[in-house]
Amino acid sequence: MSRYNRHIILEDIGVAGQKKITSAKVLVIGAGGLGCPVLQYLVAAGVGTIGIVDYDNVEESNLQRQVLFGTSTLGKNKALSAKERLTDLNPTIKINAYPERLTIKNAKEYFSEYDIIVDGTDNFESRYLINDASVLTNKPVVYGAIYKFEGQVAVFNYKEGPTYRCLFPSPPKESSIPNCSEVGVLGVLPGIIGTMQANEVLKIILDFKDVLSGKLFCFNAKTSQTSTFSISKSNYKVEELKPIESKNCNTEIKEIYIEDALQINNSQFLDVRELNEIPKADLPNYIQIPLRELSQSIHKLDKSKTIIVLCQTGIRSKTAIEQLQKQNFNNCFNLKGGIIASQNYLKEKI
Amino acid sequence: MQLKIKYFGLLAEVTNCQEEYVNSSLSTVKDLLDMLHKKYPELKDKDFQIAQNNTIVALENKLKNTEIALLPPFSGG
Repeated sequence: MSRYNRHIILEDIGVAGQKKITSAKVLVIGAGGLGCPVLQYLVAAGVGTIGIVDYDNVEESNLQRQVLFGTSTLGKNKALSAKERLTDLNPTIKINAYPERLTIKNAKEYFSEYDIIVDGTDNFESRYLINDASVLTNKPVVYGAIYKFEGQVAVFNYKEGPTYRCLFPSPPKESSIPNCSEVGVLGVLPGIIGTMQANEVLKIILDFKDVLSGKLFCFNAKTSQTSTFSISKSNYKVEELKPIESKNCNTEIKEIYIEDALQINNSQFLDVRELNEIPKADLPNYIQIPLRELSQSIHKLDKSKTIIVLCQTGIRSKTAIEQLQKQNFNNCFNLKGGIIASQNYLKEKI
Repeated sequence: MQLKIKYFGLLAEVTNCQEEYVNSSLSTVKDLLDMLHKKYPELKDKDFQIAQNNTIVALENKLKNTEIALLPPFSGG
Protein backbone atom coordinates (compact mmCIF):
# COMPACT_ATOMS: atom_id res chain seq x y z
CA MET A 1 0.00 0.00 0.00
CA SER A 2 1.57 3.31 -1.04
CA ARG A 3 0.19 5.03 2.08
CA TYR A 4 2.92 3.40 4.20
CA ASN A 5 5.68 3.32 1.57
CA ARG A 6 8.05 5.57 3.55
CA HIS A 7 7.84 3.20 6.51
CA ILE A 8 8.17 0.06 4.41
CA ILE A 9 11.34 1.22 2.65
CA LEU A 10 13.00 1.73 6.06
CA GLU A 11 15.19 -1.29 6.75
CA ASP A 12 14.20 -1.37 10.45
CA ILE A 13 10.46 -1.44 9.68
CA GLY A 14 9.78 -3.04 6.29
CA VAL A 15 6.60 -4.94 5.41
CA ALA A 16 6.83 -7.02 8.59
CA GLY A 17 7.12 -3.92 10.82
CA GLN A 18 4.22 -2.19 9.10
CA LYS A 19 2.13 -5.33 9.66
CA LYS A 20 2.90 -5.08 13.38
CA ILE A 21 1.72 -1.46 13.33
CA THR A 22 -1.46 -2.42 11.48
CA SER A 23 -2.34 -5.11 13.99
CA ALA A 24 -1.58 -2.94 17.08
CA LYS A 25 -4.32 -1.60 19.38
CA VAL A 26 -3.63 1.65 21.24
CA LEU A 27 -5.90 3.43 23.74
CA VAL A 28 -5.31 7.18 24.11
CA ILE A 29 -6.73 8.73 27.30
CA GLY A 30 -7.32 12.44 26.82
CA ALA A 31 -7.62 14.10 23.41
CA GLY A 32 -6.12 17.39 24.56
CA GLY A 33 -2.74 19.03 24.05
CA LEU A 34 -0.86 15.72 24.28
CA GLY A 35 -3.56 13.44 22.89
CA CYS A 36 -3.96 15.41 19.64
CA PRO A 37 -0.40 14.92 18.32
CA VAL A 38 -0.29 11.34 19.64
CA LEU A 39 -3.49 10.50 17.76
CA GLN A 40 -2.48 12.36 14.62
CA TYR A 41 0.80 10.46 14.21
CA LEU A 42 -0.47 7.05 15.29
CA VAL A 43 -3.44 7.26 12.92
CA ALA A 44 -1.17 8.45 10.10
CA ALA A 45 1.24 5.59 10.86
CA GLY A 46 -1.61 3.12 10.42
CA VAL A 47 -2.04 1.75 13.97
CA GLY A 48 -4.90 -0.65 13.26
CA THR A 49 -7.18 0.05 16.22
CA ILE A 50 -7.23 3.31 18.15
CA GLY A 51 -9.43 4.16 21.14
CA ILE A 52 -9.98 7.75 22.27
CA VAL A 53 -11.34 8.50 25.77
CA ASP A 54 -12.37 12.10 26.46
CA TYR A 55 -15.47 13.50 28.15
CA ASP A 56 -14.76 17.20 27.52
CA ASN A 57 -16.02 19.47 24.77
CA VAL A 58 -13.81 21.62 22.53
CA GLU A 59 -13.36 25.16 23.89
CA GLU A 60 -11.89 28.14 22.08
CA SER A 61 -8.94 28.30 24.50
CA ASN A 62 -8.00 24.74 23.41
CA LEU A 63 -7.32 25.73 19.80
CA GLN A 64 -3.94 27.33 20.64
CA ARG A 65 -2.48 23.81 21.00
CA GLN A 66 -5.07 21.06 20.37
CA VAL A 67 -4.40 20.76 16.66
CA LEU A 68 -7.11 18.24 15.73
CA PHE A 69 -9.87 20.77 16.41
CA GLY A 70 -11.03 23.94 14.70
CA THR A 71 -13.51 26.75 14.97
CA SER A 72 -16.19 24.53 13.38
CA THR A 73 -15.87 21.92 16.18
CA LEU A 74 -16.27 24.31 19.15
CA GLY A 75 -18.68 22.83 21.70
CA LYS A 76 -18.43 19.29 20.30
CA ASN A 77 -17.16 16.34 22.33
CA LYS A 78 -13.40 15.91 21.83
CA ALA A 79 -13.39 12.13 21.34
CA LEU A 80 -16.13 12.27 18.69
CA SER A 81 -14.71 15.33 17.00
CA ALA A 82 -11.18 13.86 16.91
CA LYS A 83 -12.56 10.65 15.39
CA GLU A 84 -14.17 12.63 12.58
CA ARG A 85 -10.93 14.44 11.72
CA LEU A 86 -8.82 11.27 12.04
CA THR A 87 -11.14 9.19 9.86
CA ASP A 88 -10.40 11.63 7.06
CA LEU A 89 -6.67 11.33 7.75
CA ASN A 90 -6.79 7.52 7.56
CA PRO A 91 -10.06 5.73 6.76
CA THR A 92 -8.37 2.31 6.63
CA ILE A 93 -8.10 1.87 10.41
CA LYS A 94 -10.65 1.34 13.19
CA ILE A 95 -11.24 4.25 15.58
CA ASN A 96 -13.35 3.84 18.73
CA ALA A 97 -14.46 7.09 20.36
CA TYR A 98 -15.49 6.93 24.02
CA PRO A 99 -17.08 10.29 24.97
CA GLU A 100 -16.78 9.38 28.65
CA ARG A 101 -14.57 9.89 31.66
CA LEU A 102 -12.15 7.13 32.59
CA THR A 103 -13.42 5.76 35.90
CA ILE A 104 -12.78 2.95 38.35
CA LYS A 105 -15.78 1.26 36.79
CA ASN A 106 -14.72 1.27 33.12
CA ALA A 107 -10.88 1.47 33.21
CA LYS A 108 -10.01 -2.23 33.41
CA GLU A 109 -12.59 -3.20 30.80
CA TYR A 110 -11.30 -0.63 28.29
CA PHE A 111 -7.62 -1.37 28.99
CA SER A 112 -8.11 -5.10 28.44
CA GLU A 113 -9.14 -4.46 24.83
CA TYR A 114 -5.88 -2.69 23.89
CA ASP A 115 -2.11 -3.45 23.82
CA ILE A 116 -0.71 -0.04 24.82
CA ILE A 117 -2.17 2.81 26.89
CA VAL A 118 -1.23 6.45 26.28
CA ASP A 119 -1.62 8.90 29.18
CA GLY A 120 -2.47 12.34 27.82
CA THR A 121 -4.63 13.44 30.75
CA ASP A 122 -4.46 16.71 32.66
CA ASN A 123 -4.99 15.71 36.30
CA PHE A 124 -3.43 13.46 38.92
CA GLU A 125 -6.57 11.41 39.66
CA SER A 126 -6.58 10.12 36.08
CA ARG A 127 -2.82 9.58 36.03
CA TYR A 128 -2.92 7.36 39.13
CA LEU A 129 -6.03 5.57 37.90
CA ILE A 130 -4.28 4.87 34.57
CA ASN A 131 -1.23 3.58 36.41
CA ASP A 132 -3.17 1.27 38.70
CA ALA A 133 -5.46 -0.07 35.97
CA SER A 134 -2.47 -0.70 33.69
CA VAL A 135 -0.73 -2.69 36.42
CA LEU A 136 -3.85 -4.78 37.02
CA THR A 137 -4.33 -5.45 33.29
CA ASN A 138 -0.60 -5.74 32.57
CA LYS A 139 -0.38 -3.05 29.86
CA PRO A 140 2.49 -0.63 29.20
CA VAL A 141 1.72 3.08 29.60
CA VAL A 142 3.32 5.80 27.50
CA TYR A 143 3.27 8.79 29.82
CA GLY A 144 3.56 12.47 28.98
CA ALA A 145 2.98 15.52 31.20
CA ILE A 146 3.62 19.23 30.86
CA TYR A 147 4.03 22.36 32.95
CA LYS A 148 4.34 25.82 31.34
CA PHE A 149 7.55 25.36 29.24
CA GLU A 150 8.62 21.92 30.53
CA GLY A 151 7.60 18.40 29.67
CA GLN A 152 8.18 14.83 30.89
CA VAL A 153 8.01 11.58 28.89
CA ALA A 154 8.36 8.00 30.16
CA VAL A 155 7.22 4.45 29.48
CA PHE A 156 5.85 2.70 32.55
CA ASN A 157 4.97 -0.91 33.35
CA TYR A 158 6.81 -2.11 30.24
CA LYS A 159 8.09 -5.70 30.47
CA GLU A 160 7.81 -5.54 34.27
CA GLY A 161 9.71 -2.27 34.43
CA PRO A 162 9.02 0.59 36.89
CA THR A 163 5.55 2.16 37.06
CA TYR A 164 4.40 5.74 37.67
CA ARG A 165 4.09 4.95 41.39
CA CYS A 166 7.77 3.87 41.46
CA LEU A 167 8.58 7.44 40.46
CA PHE A 168 5.86 9.32 42.35
CA PRO A 169 4.34 6.92 44.94
CA SER A 170 1.21 8.95 45.76
CA PRO A 171 -0.68 11.98 44.44
CA PRO A 172 0.73 15.36 45.50
CA LYS A 173 -0.98 17.90 47.70
CA GLU A 174 -3.93 19.20 45.74
CA SER A 175 -2.88 22.83 45.62
CA SER A 176 0.83 22.22 45.08
CA ILE A 177 0.82 21.56 41.33
CA PRO A 178 -1.41 23.73 39.15
CA ASN A 179 -2.57 22.55 35.69
CA CYS A 180 -2.46 24.27 32.26
CA SER A 181 -5.84 25.98 32.59
CA GLU A 182 -4.61 27.68 35.76
CA VAL A 183 -1.07 28.69 34.76
CA GLY A 184 -0.89 28.53 30.98
CA VAL A 185 1.30 26.46 28.66
CA LEU A 186 3.37 27.14 25.56
CA GLY A 187 1.22 25.80 22.71
CA VAL A 188 4.01 23.99 20.89
CA LEU A 189 5.18 22.14 24.04
CA PRO A 190 2.44 19.44 24.10
CA GLY A 191 3.13 19.08 20.36
CA ILE A 192 6.74 18.13 21.11
CA ILE A 193 5.97 15.93 24.13
CA GLY A 194 2.96 14.24 22.47
CA THR A 195 5.00 13.50 19.35
CA MET A 196 7.65 11.88 21.55
CA GLN A 197 4.92 9.76 23.14
CA ALA A 198 3.77 8.65 19.66
CA ASN A 199 7.41 7.73 18.93
CA GLU A 200 7.60 5.57 22.09
CA VAL A 201 4.35 3.82 21.12
CA LEU A 202 5.79 2.92 17.71
CA LYS A 203 9.06 1.74 19.34
CA ILE A 204 7.06 -0.60 21.59
CA ILE A 205 4.97 -1.92 18.68
CA LEU A 206 8.11 -2.50 16.59
CA ASP A 207 9.90 -4.10 19.53
CA PHE A 208 12.83 -1.70 19.29
CA LYS A 209 15.52 -2.15 21.92
CA ASP A 210 15.79 1.27 23.55
CA VAL A 211 12.27 2.01 24.75
CA LEU A 212 12.17 4.83 27.33
CA SER A 213 11.38 2.39 30.15
CA GLY A 214 12.87 2.93 33.61
CA LYS A 215 13.73 6.46 32.57
CA LEU A 216 12.17 9.90 32.88
CA PHE A 217 12.96 12.21 29.96
CA CYS A 218 12.64 15.96 30.66
CA PHE A 219 12.57 18.77 28.11
CA ASN A 220 12.67 22.51 28.62
CA ALA A 221 11.27 24.45 25.65
CA LYS A 222 12.80 27.74 26.82
CA THR A 223 16.38 26.51 27.15
CA SER A 224 16.14 23.54 24.73
CA GLN A 225 17.82 21.49 27.49
CA THR A 226 17.03 17.83 27.87
CA SER A 227 17.82 15.47 30.77
CA THR A 228 17.11 11.79 31.34
CA PHE A 229 16.86 10.27 34.82
CA SER A 230 16.91 6.58 35.79
CA ILE A 231 14.04 5.22 37.87
CA SER A 232 14.24 1.97 39.80
CA LYS A 233 11.39 -0.36 40.58
CA SER A 234 9.77 0.02 44.01
CA ASN A 235 7.80 -2.55 46.01
CA TYR A 236 4.48 -0.76 45.60
CA LYS A 237 1.66 -3.27 45.00
CA VAL A 238 -1.62 -2.36 43.34
CA GLU A 239 -4.36 -4.69 44.54
CA GLU A 240 -7.57 -3.01 43.37
CA LEU A 241 -8.78 0.28 41.92
CA LYS A 242 -9.73 2.78 44.58
CA PRO A 243 -10.78 6.44 44.42
CA ILE A 244 -7.55 8.43 44.30
CA GLU A 245 -6.99 10.60 47.34
CA SER A 246 -5.56 14.02 46.65
CA LYS A 247 -3.94 15.46 49.71
CA ASN A 248 -5.08 18.90 50.73
CA CYS A 249 -2.69 21.14 52.63
CA ASN A 250 -4.67 21.08 55.89
CA THR A 251 -7.00 18.10 55.79
CA GLU A 252 -7.42 15.25 53.39
CA ILE A 253 -10.55 15.42 51.29
CA LYS A 254 -11.28 12.50 49.03
CA GLU A 255 -13.05 13.33 45.79
CA ILE A 256 -15.20 11.05 43.67
CA TYR A 257 -17.07 11.23 40.36
CA ILE A 258 -20.78 10.45 40.29
CA GLU A 259 -20.18 7.25 38.25
CA ASP A 260 -18.02 5.82 41.05
CA ALA A 261 -20.07 7.30 43.90
CA LEU A 262 -23.11 5.33 42.78
CA GLN A 263 -21.09 2.09 43.05
CA ILE A 264 -20.43 2.46 46.78
CA ASN A 265 -22.54 0.24 49.01
CA ASN A 266 -23.95 1.52 52.30
CA SER A 267 -23.66 5.16 51.28
CA GLN A 268 -25.63 8.30 51.94
CA PHE A 269 -25.79 11.33 49.63
CA LEU A 270 -25.73 14.57 51.63
CA ASP A 271 -26.81 17.67 49.69
CA VAL A 272 -25.65 20.85 51.47
CA ARG A 273 -27.29 23.31 49.08
CA GLU A 274 -30.20 25.54 50.08
CA LEU A 275 -33.54 23.72 49.77
CA ASN A 276 -34.70 25.82 46.80
CA GLU A 277 -31.62 25.36 44.62
CA ILE A 278 -32.00 23.68 41.25
CA PRO A 279 -31.40 21.25 39.60
CA LYS A 280 -32.87 18.85 42.10
CA ALA A 281 -30.76 15.79 42.77
CA ASP A 282 -32.39 12.41 42.22
CA LEU A 283 -30.09 10.11 44.20
CA PRO A 284 -30.45 7.05 46.41
CA ASN A 285 -30.30 7.47 50.23
CA TYR A 286 -30.51 11.21 49.76
CA ILE A 287 -30.65 13.74 52.56
CA GLN A 288 -30.67 17.52 52.31
CA ILE A 289 -29.11 19.69 55.05
CA PRO A 290 -28.08 23.23 54.00
CA LEU A 291 -24.47 24.02 54.94
CA ARG A 292 -25.47 26.72 57.45
CA GLU A 293 -27.60 24.21 59.39
CA LEU A 294 -25.14 21.34 59.23
CA SER A 295 -23.60 21.74 62.68
CA GLN A 296 -27.05 21.64 64.40
CA SER A 297 -28.33 18.74 62.28
CA ILE A 298 -25.23 16.57 62.24
CA HIS A 299 -27.02 13.93 64.36
CA LYS A 300 -29.22 13.13 61.33
CA LEU A 301 -26.21 11.51 59.67
CA ASP A 302 -24.99 7.96 60.16
CA LYS A 303 -21.28 7.56 60.94
CA SER A 304 -21.31 3.93 59.81
CA LYS A 305 -22.17 4.98 56.25
CA THR A 306 -19.96 6.39 53.51
CA ILE A 307 -21.17 9.96 53.15
CA ILE A 308 -20.96 11.52 49.70
CA VAL A 309 -21.32 15.27 50.09
CA LEU A 310 -22.55 17.39 47.21
CA CYS A 311 -23.48 20.96 46.37
CA GLN A 312 -23.80 22.94 43.13
CA THR A 313 -20.12 22.81 42.01
CA GLY A 314 -18.20 21.01 44.75
CA ILE A 315 -16.90 23.97 46.78
CA ARG A 316 -19.39 24.28 49.67
CA SER A 317 -19.36 20.51 50.02
CA LYS A 318 -15.63 20.69 50.85
CA THR A 319 -16.39 23.08 53.71
CA ALA A 320 -19.06 20.65 54.86
CA ILE A 321 -16.58 17.76 54.80
CA GLU A 322 -14.13 19.76 56.92
CA GLN A 323 -16.91 20.21 59.50
CA LEU A 324 -17.85 16.54 59.34
CA GLN A 325 -14.25 15.41 59.73
CA LYS A 326 -13.94 17.51 62.89
CA GLN A 327 -16.91 15.53 64.23
CA ASN A 328 -15.10 12.28 63.40
CA PHE A 329 -17.00 11.41 60.25
CA ASN A 330 -14.00 9.76 58.67
CA ASN A 331 -15.62 8.21 55.64
CA CYS A 332 -16.64 11.19 53.49
CA PHE A 333 -16.23 11.89 49.79
CA ASN A 334 -16.66 15.15 47.94
CA LEU A 335 -18.75 14.78 44.77
CA LYS A 336 -16.35 16.17 42.19
CA GLY A 337 -17.74 19.18 40.32
CA GLY A 338 -20.98 18.95 42.30
CA ILE A 339 -24.42 18.39 40.81
CA ILE A 340 -23.53 20.53 37.75
CA ALA A 341 -20.76 18.16 36.66
CA SER A 342 -22.88 15.10 37.45
CA GLN A 343 -26.01 16.20 35.58
CA ASN A 344 -25.13 14.74 32.20
CA TYR A 345 -24.39 11.33 33.67
CA LEU A 346 -27.56 11.29 35.76
CA LYS A 347 -29.66 12.31 32.76
CA GLU A 348 -28.13 9.61 30.54
CA LYS A 349 -28.86 7.03 33.22
CA ILE A 350 -32.54 7.94 33.21
CA MET B 1 32.39 19.52 48.38
CA GLN B 2 30.52 21.47 45.77
CA LEU B 3 27.05 20.41 44.59
CA LYS B 4 25.24 21.62 41.50
CA ILE B 5 21.49 21.65 42.16
CA LYS B 6 18.97 21.88 39.30
CA TYR B 7 15.32 22.82 39.90
CA PHE B 8 12.56 21.67 37.54
CA GLY B 9 9.03 22.97 36.92
CA LEU B 10 7.50 25.10 39.61
CA LEU B 11 10.41 24.41 41.98
CA ALA B 12 12.49 26.85 39.91
CA GLU B 13 9.83 29.46 40.72
CA VAL B 14 10.15 28.73 44.45
CA THR B 15 13.94 29.02 44.42
CA ASN B 16 13.95 31.75 41.79
CA CYS B 17 16.71 29.98 39.85
CA GLN B 18 17.05 27.06 37.42
CA GLU B 19 20.26 25.90 39.05
CA GLU B 20 22.75 26.88 41.71
CA TYR B 21 26.02 25.72 43.25
CA VAL B 22 26.16 24.91 46.95
CA ASN B 23 29.23 24.23 49.08
CA SER B 24 28.45 21.67 51.71
CA SER B 25 29.81 19.13 54.14
CA LEU B 26 26.46 17.30 54.25
CA SER B 27 26.55 13.54 54.22
CA THR B 28 23.16 12.30 52.94
CA VAL B 29 20.42 13.35 50.53
CA LYS B 30 18.18 13.83 53.58
CA ASP B 31 20.65 16.37 55.03
CA LEU B 32 20.55 18.24 51.75
CA LEU B 33 16.75 18.25 51.78
CA ASP B 34 16.71 19.65 55.33
CA MET B 35 19.13 22.35 54.28
CA LEU B 36 16.96 23.27 51.27
CA HIS B 37 13.82 23.35 53.44
CA LYS B 38 15.55 25.90 55.67
CA LYS B 39 16.76 27.95 52.75
CA TYR B 40 13.40 27.80 50.89
CA PRO B 41 10.58 27.15 53.44
CA GLU B 42 8.01 27.01 50.59
CA LEU B 43 9.64 23.77 49.37
CA LYS B 44 8.10 21.97 52.36
CA ASP B 45 4.66 22.20 50.71
CA LYS B 46 5.91 20.80 47.41
CA ASP B 47 6.14 17.22 46.26
CA PHE B 48 9.23 16.16 44.31
CA GLN B 49 11.80 13.43 43.84
CA ILE B 50 15.54 13.91 44.10
CA ALA B 51 18.00 12.65 41.51
CA GLN B 52 21.72 12.34 42.04
CA ASN B 53 23.88 12.05 38.96
CA ASN B 54 20.75 11.44 36.82
CA THR B 55 19.36 8.63 39.00
CA ILE B 56 16.37 9.01 41.32
CA VAL B 57 17.64 8.22 44.81
CA ALA B 58 16.31 7.55 48.31
CA LEU B 59 16.84 10.04 51.14
CA GLU B 60 19.32 7.71 52.88
CA ASN B 61 21.72 7.84 49.94
CA LYS B 62 25.17 9.29 50.56
CA LEU B 63 25.81 12.60 48.86
CA LYS B 64 28.52 12.55 46.25
CA ASN B 65 30.23 15.38 44.53
CA THR B 66 27.75 15.34 41.67
CA GLU B 67 24.75 16.97 40.10
CA ILE B 68 21.49 16.98 42.04
CA ALA B 69 18.06 17.51 40.42
CA LEU B 70 14.73 18.21 42.12
CA LEU B 71 11.89 16.80 40.01
CA PRO B 72 8.23 17.60 40.72
CA PRO B 73 5.34 15.69 39.08
CA PHE B 74 3.50 17.56 36.31
CA SER B 75 -0.22 17.10 35.79
CA GLY B 76 -0.78 19.11 32.62
CA GLY B 77 -1.73 17.61 29.29
